[in-house]
Amino acid sequence: MMATEDTTSTFGGIEIPDIVRRLLTNRKVAISLAVLIPIVIVTALGETIAPHDSLTTDVANRYAGPGGTYPLGTDNLGRDLLSRVIVGGQSSLLLGFGATGVSLALGVPIGLIAGYAKGRIDEVLMRLMDIVMSVPVLLLGVLILVALPSNIFNVIVAVGAVFIPRIARVTRSATLSVSEEPYVLAAKARGESTTHILFKEILPNVTAPIIIEGSIRVGYAILVGTSLSFLGLGTGPPHADWGYMIATARLHIYQTPWFLLWPSLALLVTIMSTNVLGDGLRDVLDPRATEDNL
Amino acid sequence: MSRQDFDRRSSQGDRLLSVDGLNVEFAVPGGTIRALRDVSISVETGETLGIAGESGSGKSTLALAIVRYLDSNARVPSGEIRFKGRDLLGMSRRELQSLRGNEIAHVAQNASRALNPSLTIGEQIKETVELHQDVSGNAAAMERVYEVLHQVNIPDPEGMVDRYPNELSGGQQQRALIAVGLSCNPELLILDEPTTGLDVTTQAKLLDLIEELKAEYDVGIVLITHNLGVIAQIADRVNILYAGEMMEKGTVREVFEEPANPYTQALLATTPELDKNKELRAIPGQIPELGSIPDGCIFADRCAFATEECRSGDIDVETVSPTHQTRCRRWETAVADPIETGTATRRSSTPGDVILSIENLVKHYDEGAFLRNLLGDHQPVRAVRDVSLTIREGETVGLVGESGCGKSTLGRTLLRLHDPTTGRITFRGTDLASMSKAQRREFRSECQIIFQDPEASLNPRKTVNEIVPRPLRLFTDLDEPAREERVEELLDQVNLSLDLKTKFPHELSGGQQQRVAIARAFAANPSLVVLDEPVSSLDVSVQASILNLLSELREEYNTSYLLISHDMGVIESVCDRLAIMYLGKIVERGTLEDVFEPPYHPYTRSLLSSIPSLDPDDDTDRIRLEGDVPSARTPPSGCSFHTRCPQKIGEVCEAEEPPLEAVDGTGGDGEAAHCVSCHLDREEMSRPLDDI
Repeated sequence: MMATEDTTSTFGGIEIPDIVRRLLTNRKVAISLAVLIPIVIVTALGETIAPHDSLTTDVANRYAGPGGTYPLGTDNLGRDLLSRVIVGGQSSLLLGFGATGVSLALGVPIGLIAGYAKGRIDEVLMRLMDIVMSVPVLLLGVLILVALPSNIFNVIVAVGAVFIPRIARVTRSATLSVSEEPYVLAAKARGESTTHILFKEILPNVTAPIIIEGSIRVGYAILVGTSLSFLGLGTGPPHADWGYMIATARLHIYQTPWFLLWPSLALLVTIMSTNVLGDGLRDVLDPRATEDNL
Repeated sequence: MSRQDFDRRSSQGDRLLSVDGLNVEFAVPGGTIRALRDVSISVETGETLGIAGESGSGKSTLALAIVRYLDSNARVPSGEIRFKGRDLLGMSRRELQSLRGNEIAHVAQNASRALNPSLTIGEQIKETVELHQDVSGNAAAMERVYEVLHQVNIPDPEGMVDRYPNELSGGQQQRALIAVGLSCNPELLILDEPTTGLDVTTQAKLLDLIEELKAEYDVGIVLITHNLGVIAQIADRVNILYAGEMMEKGTVREVFEEPANPYTQALLATTPELDKNKELRAIPGQIPELGSIPDGCIFADRCAFATEECRSGDIDVETVSPTHQTRCRRWETAVADPIETGTATRRSSTPGDVILSIENLVKHYDEGAFLRNLLGDHQPVRAVRDVSLTIREGETVGLVGESGCGKSTLGRTLLRLHDPTTGRITFRGTDLASMSKAQRREFRSECQIIFQDPEASLNPRKTVNEIVPRPLRLFTDLDEPAREERVEELLDQVNLSLDLKTKFPHELSGGQQQRVAIARAFAANPSLVVLDEPVSSLDVSVQASILNLLSELREEYNTSYLLISHDMGVIESVCDRLAIMYLGKIVERGTLEDVFEPPYHPYTRSLLSSIPSLDPDDDTDRIRLEGDVPSARTPPSGCSFHTRCPQKIGEVCEAEEPPLEAVDGTGGDGEAAHCVSCHLDREEMSRPLDDI
C-alpha cells in the first residue's frame, strides 16, 4: 500500500485547499455547482436584473411566444415570463435552503445527543422523531399554513420541522458508530466535556452523511414549497412563484405551452442539480469511497 | 524429510512447487511498485516451508502470485513458477481454474472475512467439492464435507454444516476455511497468516492440526506468518523475506540457530521470548516503499552491519551451507559477531502508595430491554465478575487472558469509561462514585488510556499538533507558547520528528500513530496509564521500540501501568506483577516470578505452554485446552475453568467456586502475595508438565 499523499494537502495544517480541489475535480460536484451557483446568483439578484417588472401586465401581448421584447414570452396577463421565473425562484430557493437550515440546526444536535447518549434518552428522542416523521410532509405543511398566515417564514419553519427527523436519523446512525471509536473513548478518559466530545470529536467525523442528506433535502424542500404554492398556499397572487406559476399555466396550456415550460424547467434543473450535488458530495466525502479510488 | 532425500529430489527436478527468479510489479498512479524481486522458493511434498518477514515484505503477494490471484494492475515481468513441472504462468484461465482449489489450495488471511457470511459452512465446502470433484449427487458431496470437517477436528461436524460463519469462534472459522482448502485433497496448501488474531491457546491447537495434515495427507505446505515462533515450531525450512527480496533461506534449525543475515538476526532480537528475560532490540527505521529500489542492499539503511560497500551493486545470494543461503555480503561478520540480545535488567521497583484499588467489581453488559427482562429470557454478558485488584505508584500490573475474558472491560470500567454494575473503585482513597466535580477532574487528568488500534484512537480530522496538546488545555494553565514548548518536548520524548506536527493520523505509520497516542497520554503527567493491547496491532520490529519507549517513560514520569495483553512475551518484558483472567475472574495473581513458576493455576500453565518457542529444538510437552472459552452470558458453575481444565478433580470443581487464596505459604493475601483460585493442592499445581 502506497501512501499516495498530496503535497498540497497539508499546508500549515489547513486541509481546506485539498478538500476544495477534490470537490471541484469530481465531475458531479463541478457540473451541479456550475448550474446551481448561477441559478442562485440570478435569483438572488431578482428584480435588479430582470428585464421587466414581474408584475406589470401587457394585455396586448398576452400568450406571446419567446423572442422580441419578452425573451421567453408572456403569460395569460402579458407579464414577462423570464422576469417572473427569475423572481419566482426567490421564494423557492429561500425555502429550500431555509428549511434545510432549520432541519440541520435542530436535527444534527438531536442526532448527536441520541447517538452518543444511547439508552433512554435515545429512545425518547427517536420515538419523538418517528411521530413527526409519520405525518406526511405536505399535509403538515397544509395544516400549518391554514392555521398561520401564509408567509414564506412560516413555510420555511413548517417544512424544516418535517425534515428534522431525517437529518436526526442520519446523524444518529453515524454518531452511533463513531462514538464507539477509541478516539472518543480517549476523549472521555481525558475528561473532555460532553459538548466538546459531541461537537469537536464526533461532529467533524459525521459531517459527510449530514452534508449529503442536507443537499438532498434542499431539493425536496423546494419541491414541497412549490407543491404548497401550487395548491394555493404559498405567497399567493400576484407575486411570482414557480409553484403558483405552474398551477396557473396548467389552465392555459392550450394558449401557450411556454408558460408551463419555463417554471417547470427551472424547477427541474434546480432540483436535479441539488440531487447530483448530493451524489457527488457522497463520492468525495465518504472516506471509504475515496480510499477505494486511490 | 532428511537432507539426502531433499537433495535427491531436487536434482530430479520434479519438485512439487518451484518458483524461480520471480519478479512482480504493480502499476500505481505515478510509477510502479516492484513488490517482489528475484524471489525463488521450492516446496516438496510432505514439507512445510515457512515464509516470514515484516508486513510489507511481500509475503502475501508471493502467495497470490503462485495461485495467480494477483490484482489486475500486477505484472510478472520475469520469473518462473512451476507446479509439478507444469508452468503456472503460461496456463490458460481454464487450466488455472481446475488447478486452484483442486491441486493447490490457498487459504486466505483473516478467516472471518474469507468465509462468505451468507452461506453455511456446509454449503461453502460442498461448493468446492462439486466444482472440482466428480461426485455423484448431494449425498456423496455431503459425505466428503463431513470427512474434511473431521480432518480439521471441528467439534460436532454434523451440527457445524448448518451454521453460518458468524456462529463460529475465530479458531473454528480458521478450521472451516482450511477445510474448504482441503476438500479436494490438494497437493499444495498455502496458508496465509493462519493463526494471526487468534489466542495462543487456539493457535497452539491449529499448529497441531497443520502438523497432522502434513503427516497424514502428504501435502506440501507454504506457511506465511510474521510470527517466528510459529515457524520455529512447525516449519521444516524457512525463507525470510524483506521488502520483496529473499534475505535468507535454509532449514529452520540452521536459520534459527545460526542466522546468517543481519535482518534475520534483527527479527529474532526483536521478538519477545518467554523466560529469557531478553532485552528487546527494535529494528531502526521502516520498511522502504518500493517505488524506487536503491542500489545495493535493500536492508542497508536499517542494518547494524552495513558499510559503504553494501550500498552499491547487486547483492548476490551467498551459500552458507548446501541448504542454507543468505543475501548478504557481510554474512560472515554477522555470523561471527551476531546481534546480541542482552539480558534485560529486571528493575527492582519499590511500589509506593496504592493509587487505584478495585473491590469486588462486577460489570454486566447488554442487560436487555425492559420487556425482554420482564419475560425473563435474557442473560446479560457477565464481562467482569467480582474482581479485586490494587495498583501502586510506579508499578506495572499485567492483565492476561484469552480474548473475551473481560480484560478490556475491566480496564475501561476502572477508568469509568463504563459504569460498573456493582463494586467499588477508589482512586487515592476516594470512591469514584462519590467524587466531586473537581476530584473527578483530578482523576481524569491523572489516569489515561492507550488503545490497541493507534489509528482509531486518534481523531482522523485532527493534526498531531491539535491532538497532543489537548490534555494541556484541559488540565494545565499553560499559555500558548508554553504549551507549544511542552508538545515539542513530548514529541522528542517519544522520538517523533517535529515535522510530523502538521500531519493527520492517516499520514503516519502505525508505530508513529502509537507514539502520538503515547505523547498525548503523557502530556499532563498521568500517574496511571491503562495500556490496552498497546502493541498487538504493530509489527514485531515496531513492537519492541514501543515497549522500550513505554519502559523509559515509566521511569521518567514514575507512572503506573495496567498492561492488558494476550501476549505473555510482552507482559514479561514490562510487568512487575500480573493477574490472569478467565471468564471475568482473576484466577491467579502474583509477582512475575511467582506466576511464571510453579505452583500454577492450570489455566496459567496452559497459556504459558501454548506459546511457540523460538527454539526449534524445544519440544517440551504442551497442554492443549479443549474447546473454546464458554459464553460469558452463561458461565459454567463452580470453577468456570472446569469445562476445559486438564487437571480437573471432579465434582467439587463443578459445584464449588474456589477462593483466590495465597499459595506462597505466607498466609497473607495482600496484593503482593501469590494467589491462585483452584481446588488443587499446592503439590498438584506444581507437578511437572509431563505427569499431567
